[in-house]
Amino acid sequence: MKRIFVNEKWCLGCRLCEYYCAFANSGEINMVKALKDKPIYPRLRVEDDGGVTYAVSCRHCTDPLCVRSCIAAALSVDAGVVTIDRDRCVSCYTCILVCPYGALAHDDAGVVRKCELCLNNAIGQPACVAGCPNRAIVYEER
Amino acid sequence: MRIEYVYPEFEVVRNEARCIQCRVCERQCANEVHSFDPDTGLMLSDESKCVNCQRCVALCPTRALKIVKSDCALRENANWPQGLIKEIYKQANSGGVLLSSMGNPNPLPVYWDKILINASQVTNPSIDPLREPMETRVFLGKKPAKVERDEGDGLKCTLAPQLTLAMPVMFSAMSYGSISYNAHESLARAADALGIYYNTGEGGLHEDFYRYGQNTIVQVASGRFGVHKDYLAAGAAIEIKMGQGAKPGIGGHLPGAKIVGDISRTRMISEGTDAISPAPHHDIYSIEDLRQLVYSLKEATEYKKPIIVKVAAVHNIAAIAGGIARSGADIIAIDGFRGGTGAAPTRIRDNVGIPIEPALAAVDQRLREEGIRNQTSLVVGGSIRSAADVVKAIALGADACYIATAALLALGCHLCRSCHTGKCNWGIATQRPDLVKRLNPDIGSERLIRLMTAWKHEIMELMGGMGINSIESLRGNRLMLRGVNLNEKELEILGISHAGE
Repeated sequence: MKRIFVNEKWCLGCRLCEYYCAFANSGEINMVKALKDKPIYPRLRVEDDGGVTYAVSCRHCTDPLCVRSCIAAALSVDAGVVTIDRDRCVSCYTCILVCPYGALAHDDAGVVRKCELCLNNAIGQPACVAGCPNRAIVYEER
Repeated sequence: MRIEYVYPEFEVVRNEARCIQCRVCERQCANEVHSFDPDTGLMLSDESKCVNCQRCVALCPTRALKIVKSDCALRENANWPQGLIKEIYKQANSGGVLLSSMGNPNPLPVYWDKILINASQVTNPSIDPLREPMETRVFLGKKPAKVERDEGDGLKCTLAPQLTLAMPVMFSAMSYGSISYNAHESLARAADALGIYYNTGEGGLHEDFYRYGQNTIVQVASGRFGVHKDYLAAGAAIEIKMGQGAKPGIGGHLPGAKIVGDISRTRMISEGTDAISPAPHHDIYSIEDLRQLVYSLKEATEYKKPIIVKVAAVHNIAAIAGGIARSGADIIAIDGFRGGTGAAPTRIRDNVGIPIEPALAAVDQRLREEGIRNQTSLVVGGSIRSAADVVKAIALGADACYIATAALLALGCHLCRSCHTGKCNWGIATQRPDLVKRLNPDIGSERLIRLMTAWKHEIMELMGGMGINSIESLRGNRLMLRGVNLNEKELEILGISHAGE
């Protein structure tokens, strides 16, 4: 299965991926309308320690700890993709605590959001990959 | 506070209705033009630092940015153009020689644009390169003056060493130091994939790139940086750099600040020391001296590699080229006055040297007249901007062209002409690790390959239109060229007729 991988060597820390992610999952067709004057809740985050930058997103583990620990059965694996049923999430954040990659976060409503490879939005393929100016984020079989 | 005599050249225009304050512009600008004001929640800009490299414009996800030339103007004066006045202010401020980068931007004649190419009509057939074979391969090196036979009546087939190019274009010299590791890797990988050559420039060859040696021309310049036996052995050809089109008559100076890590090791000089290339080679003061170096290099490489001698196009170029041909050089490279540079004194770049077109025509003509044209191949550079320029150069008598500015444009260069600041936002003319990584050689080499592939198609289309199916039939075929807006003398030197003749 194709997954998102990050080549840290080429990550510039520009954070365009975060904005393209937030836009892709906004349901809007215009980026300005989607993101202007609003806090964004992207499903991946660029970690930056001042020297190394790295976009962190869901690894779609084969045996995901988040799915195993979800008390509300909101998280599940669908054809290899770890997906979330936001209606079922009870905001206990156990998944956020157990994820070894720190790839999960919640939005302003307190509901967990996670990367679903843009398979469930209008973009249809990972927007972070398409928007990365330096091919630091790739979507491929490994 | 000191008075700023020079108003900023550019203005940063931000469409506030579109700006989403993602701050990508701020993170991507090494010149620190953009900043975020948390109190107002707005992006600010200090246009005095802007060099118009367009990095922010290219990466702004909502196209909220544009950089425009400031219309704040000094009073009109035909004798004192604004640029000259501003340069006076700069020098009154700094007391120094003005520095510039890339090629001469002044509106001097571009002869390529005054030369037009022929096409077949009724009396001779044109050729469709998509349907019929079309040869773009060229061989650079000495060609035999006559056919020779051995005792058994067989042909003597041993030729002097040749470079084989899949198309008549190569990437010209840019040193590791003046451009980044990733820029070099992009050029090396593209040359390898395309079956052409790139040139190390005078900074030596990074150990990682020895594996591209089959497609590498290694340069020996006046500073002799990074020259050793393995380096000479690694390349497919060796180029002696006598001069550069952007700065004929002067040497080079890579500041000590850029001599760090791998660059220091590759150049074989201590970290932090200035890399100063003297104006002349201190062992070359005559054609005889040049011949000594040519043959020293041939000896060192067992006569297996062609030797290129590169000179800037200057006034007496035809006689100079004749001398070089007689020095034993296999290939002469001539660099015109519009050629690029990582840094040169502005006055030199903008006022010294001559255009490549008349230089090429004069050299080709002189070598033919002296009967030594077969002894060397001719490579020309110094602003070859398109496939049409390549075709015109070949019809004027060149064997191949060198391109560098066009290659850098393919890598993302926006010709902001600020290479000498070392803060290239596109990761090309910089050694700052955070900027160098902006040029991913996977992308860079792909873009170079696509550019050259496109040019090759265009060269074949232009050749086909003339009814020519091989570069060899185009070389020196000046009947395929006509001049427009050229006077008698210019036409005479270029060796072409005027349109309508």
